[in-house]
Amino acid sequence: MRYLLRRLGFYLLAAWAAMTLNFFLPRLLPGDPSTRLFARLQGRLAPEAMDALRDAFGLNDAPLLVQYFTYIREVFQGNFGISIAYFPTPVTEVIAKGLPWTLFLAGSAVVVSFVLGTALGAITAWWRRSWVDSVLPSTLILIGSFPYFWLAMFALYLLGFVLGWFPLGHAYGDDLEPGFSWLFITDVIRHSALPVATLVLATWGGWLLTMRNTMITVMGSDFVGLAEAKGLPTRKVLTRYAARNALLPSVTGFGMALGFVLGGSLLTEIVFAYPGQGYLLVQAVKSQDYALMQGIFLIITFSVLTANWFVDLLYLWLDPRTRGAR
Amino acid sequence: MSGVSEAQGLRAWAGAVLRDGKARAGAVILLFFVLLATVGPLLVTDPDALVSVPLQPPSAEHWLGTTGQGQDVLAQLVVGTRVSLLIGFGVGISVVLIGALIGITAGYFGGRVDGFLSLLFNVFLVIPGLPLAIVIAAYLPSGPWTLALVLIVTGWAWNARVVRAQTLALREQDFVAAATVVGESHFRIITRELLPTMTSLLLAQIIGSTVYAIGAQVGLEYLGLGDVSAFTWGTNLYWAENDSALLTGAWWTFVPTGIAVALVGFALTMLNSGFDELSNPRLGMERVWRQHLLSKGEEPTRATPVVRS
Repeated sequence: MRYLLRRLGFYLLAAWAAMTLNFFLPRLLPGDPSTRLFARLQGRLAPEAMDALRDAFGLNDAPLLVQYFTYIREVFQGNFGISIAYFPTPVTEVIAKGLPWTLFLAGSAVVVSFVLGTALGAITAWWRRSWVDSVLPSTLILIGSFPYFWLAMFALYLLGFVLGWFPLGHAYGDDLEPGFSWLFITDVIRHSALPVATLVLATWGGWLLTMRNTMITVMGSDFVGLAEAKGLPTRKVLTRYAARNALLPSVTGFGMALGFVLGGSLLTEIVFAYPGQGYLLVQAVKSQDYALMQGIFLIITFSVLTANWFVDLLYLWLDPRTRGAR
Repeated sequence: MSGVSEAQGLRAWAGAVLRDGKARAGAVILLFFVLLATVGPLLVTDPDALVSVPLQPPSAEHWLGTTGQGQDVLAQLVVGTRVSLLIGFGVGISVVLIGALIGITAGYFGGRVDGFLSLLFNVFLVIPGLPLAIVIAAYLPSGPWTLALVLIVTGWAWNARVVRAQTLALREQDFVAAATVVGESHFRIITRELLPTMTSLLLAQIIGSTVYAIGAQVGLEYLGLGDVSAFTWGTNLYWAENDSALLTGAWWTFVPTGIAVALVGFALTMLNSGFDELSNPRLGMERVWRQHLLSKGEEPTRATPVVRS
């Protein structure tokens, strides 16, 4: 319990650091932040409305510290400002529309890639020196060397454009009404197949190699030798003795990989014009919509932190040693 | 640690590259790209010149076809290699230096210093790097060197963490205790005792960080956060996307660049795997043991030998 609370404290601190970074970034870098943030609103808003917005963001002549606390308060109230790219929708609303898609895409990609990569890593470590073990790692490293989004471009070109097996973009067909119908769900899966597949392809090599390396170490330990000597079935030794212990470093890496894949999925979304955070982000970059950009950064950070905390819970369950007083 | 063992370390590395087929292949590919980056730009046409009709497929005249603007794809690829590799290696070396400095300081001094620095790099590790890089890059004037700066800011934490762990393990060793007893200064212990023993770790980190830097740089530039009028691998892909290369079927505008990025990343990773045996002696001993058993006509076993003659 103390362990979990300590981790929670750390994540809260990280969240605070992200918010603080977000606040000081526009103020530290050259140029007046309020003109930067509001230049593009010029002419679209009445001057009084502009002043009200400035006040709301603490972007006035108030001392920096006062501005800072105003900003933190606004964030806690879920007020990230007004999007310029999607004027006059509030940033929170724009993000809320895209977030489920991103979580769906990155989440399924991370889980599939972790399960597939870890299982294969365990198997290749067990049957070392077989042809699978000599060919597979190099192949995966080669595939993993391609940028995520380039794999996406290539897959979209080959399987979508040339062969026409998959739709060329978006999360679902334009002619469908979102809802819990069979037609809609299958269409969503059909549209997500290529983005998820390319993300998995780019990332599972890492899981495989991590698992393979720890498996090699674990399999050298005495308790695995004993289990084999006792004549336990190979499958049992492999899963219950070796793999369970070798899994721990992979689980530790899982939290960090979430952030990485979420970042990678942003670029993948752009290739597929998938209506998630990545797509919004590129719109924000193109139209210099700083409020939206920073909002997306904060939301992604918060999601990653939350996911990390759940990974900690999982770790507690996997490794009884962490349950002791620490 | 004296200069002799450092030289031995480097010789061991060179030996590992020559012995290991994968590492050798990696070294050859890498050398090719370094050559391409240095002399290549002198051999191709001006990458900015409008040489032909837009979106022409590869031909004898333009080996990799033309872009949506009618420029030569090959020329852009070759010229882009220079900046992309330069930034890749520059960032790779910088983040390892910064990471090593912070990691060693944290691990060596321990206590509050360690507490603060560990917190710092753990926070940087848990905040997703790419979104952070995008936000910072969007505020700065665009250009290749801005990107380098952004990638250094978002990339050093992992190296610091690894170096700290290594320092913690080394600090308990006798040679550090001996140096302390002799009365060597902290600075001397860090630079003359600890750093040399980490040479192989740091070199491996430089290779890994370079792979990261090239990938992240290409990603950010693809988003349009680089200087879009410069020629780098990332901006090539940016323009390919902007000119709707995918939907016009112009595969030649993005496939060669992706292959170049992947080959460099692959070469670096292969080079690193050759060094695996050095940082993980278990692997090397297994190889020796296996060869020994085979030479005696025995079946290789899965057991790991503990002693080596």
